[in-house]
Amino acid sequence: MSNSTFSLAELLICACAEVWRDEGEVLATGIGIIPRLAQGLAKRTHSPGLMITDGEAYLTDTPVTLGARSHEGRTYEGYMPYSRVFDLLWHGRRHALVGPVQVDRWGQANISCIGDFAQPKRQMLGLRGFPGNSINHVNSMFVPNHSPRVFVEGQVDVVCSVGYRDDNWPEGVRRDLMGIHRIVSNLCVMDFGGPDHAIRVVQLHPGMAFDEVQAATGFPLLRAGDCTETPSPSAEQLAVIRDLDPGNLRARQLRDNPPGVRVAA
Amino acid sequence: MAMLDKQMSAAQVVTQLRDGMTIGIGGWGPRRKPMALIREILRSELKDLTLVGYGGPDMGMLCAAGKVKKLIYGFVSLDFIALEPFFRTAREAGTVEAMELDEGLLHWGLRAAAMRLPFLPTRVGLGTDLMRIQGDLRTVRSPYADGEQLLAMPAIELDVALLHVHRADCLGNVRVESPDPFFDEWFARAAQRCYVSCEQLVDRIADVDENAAKANLYERSLVSGVVETPGGAHPTSHVPGYGWDAAHIKRYCQAAEEDGGWERYAEAFLGGDESDYQQRVGGLDAIRTLPRQVF
Repeated sequence: MSNSTFSLAELLICACAEVWRDEGEVLATGIGIIPRLAQGLAKRTHSPGLMITDGEAYLTDTPVTLGARSHEGRTYEGYMPYSRVFDLLWHGRRHALVGPVQVDRWGQANISCIGDFAQPKRQMLGLRGFPGNSINHVNSMFVPNHSPRVFVEGQVDVVCSVGYRDDNWPEGVRRDLMGIHRIVSNLCVMDFGGPDHAIRVVQLHPGMAFDEVQAATGFPLLRAGDCTETPSPSAEQLAVIRDLDPGNLRARQLRDNPPGVRVAA
Repeated sequence: MAMLDKQMSAAQVVTQLRDGMTIGIGGWGPRRKPMALIREILRSELKDLTLVGYGGPDMGMLCAAGKVKKLIYGFVSLDFIALEPFFRTAREAGTVEAMELDEGLLHWGLRAAAMRLPFLPTRVGLGTDLMRIQGDLRTVRSPYADGEQLLAMPAIELDVALLHVHRADCLGNVRVESPDPFFDEWFARAAQRCYVSCEQLVDRIADVDENAAKANLYERSLVSGVVETPGGAHPTSHVPGYGWDAAHIKRYCQAAEEDGGWERYAEAFLGGDESDYQQRVGGLDAIRTLPRQVF
């Protein structure tokens, strides 16, 4: 067990980067600071075939530096305006790492609103690209605040992205193009490898126990037989992260910027 | 045959609009919105509008001013401020009808209208609550051997489209130099009439360079009127040119937190004409030197 010379944010960046391992030549889209750093880390380490954008309309072979003040020094390998993003994602060659507000036991996610759609208690982002992304290509999720408010007991208030609930799939609709790979939270890494795609904990972050994760989740979890501790970032990974984020924006993503190894309560 | 001359003023565009119309607005969130035309609508008596688009302060301001009956949107966002505050207020108060769509599905509906088709098939939305919250969507079965069940995205037909470009000429030829053209072409094609505001209006565009002509995002037969409005995308961005005005947008968002905030914003900025507006936000030169955002 390493001593904590890395932050939880850095551990999560490395765990998030793993979702793209072995994906080959797909568009990697990480929404938010930690997922965006993760896509750059994946590309610069184990998955050089990934395609990533500059956050605007171009593909960059070298991930852009977060917080850059100018476009100086950037080089572009291709073009990816929003219209082409839709063309590409409907074709399937994309893996997005998205940040839902609610997730249920079937992997369905909500970012639209809380309460009744006609007059919501709280309007959020709207459906955005969730319906189209989720039925056309593989997605993973990043949840920085693992709690029963996010991982809800019943179904999410508005099903924005498809999941594994049979009742929500009309007869004759193709289900073979979708997949949910992993959920990376601030407590653990989960997949859908249980019976009927039940959610399993496959990695526990350093210092976390399965019971703590279960207590923070609104539905029953399985513990994978080969569940391990989430690997600590290597010196090489930390160096790449510092290079991608010289202004240390990652330190401001989680409250109090906790250390990567938490002492058990 | 008389020479075409499609030059108009923003006020003349607004005289072409009617209560209850369906108006598509180009751009994306806080990027390349025809805000000078939107401000002219804000100064008018128009009401009961249905707005269609990838919304930003255009939709937010028109909601705040009580001009909106229905929104058809992929999102309403200011990008660095994820949720448009006046949109949020209108939704939570239930004062506007909402057709909330997947971003790709919105462009699919515009494409259907552009091709004069009743609908286009897609998988997008199936397996989610989209059909539950938008009760009038229907499915269609593939007539071929696969028999796949698909969503039939209905055409989104627009009475009018409002777009902003870099340059235009009096014939209605346009040039858009932006990194991302967004979906402006489909708004233009889905509309009965399309009015374009531009940073610079010239008599005739006559490019010598073939590549320069590729910036002609849609052909002039789609364009009913052109309006010269330098700085007309402010406070949204217009790249290359100027970035969005983050300070002004924050000031505007602050108004959403206050009772009577919109009325005070309108009084402070919309009391006069466009040149008066520009003076109140620091002048055209200040708009033109707003730095481009780096993502």
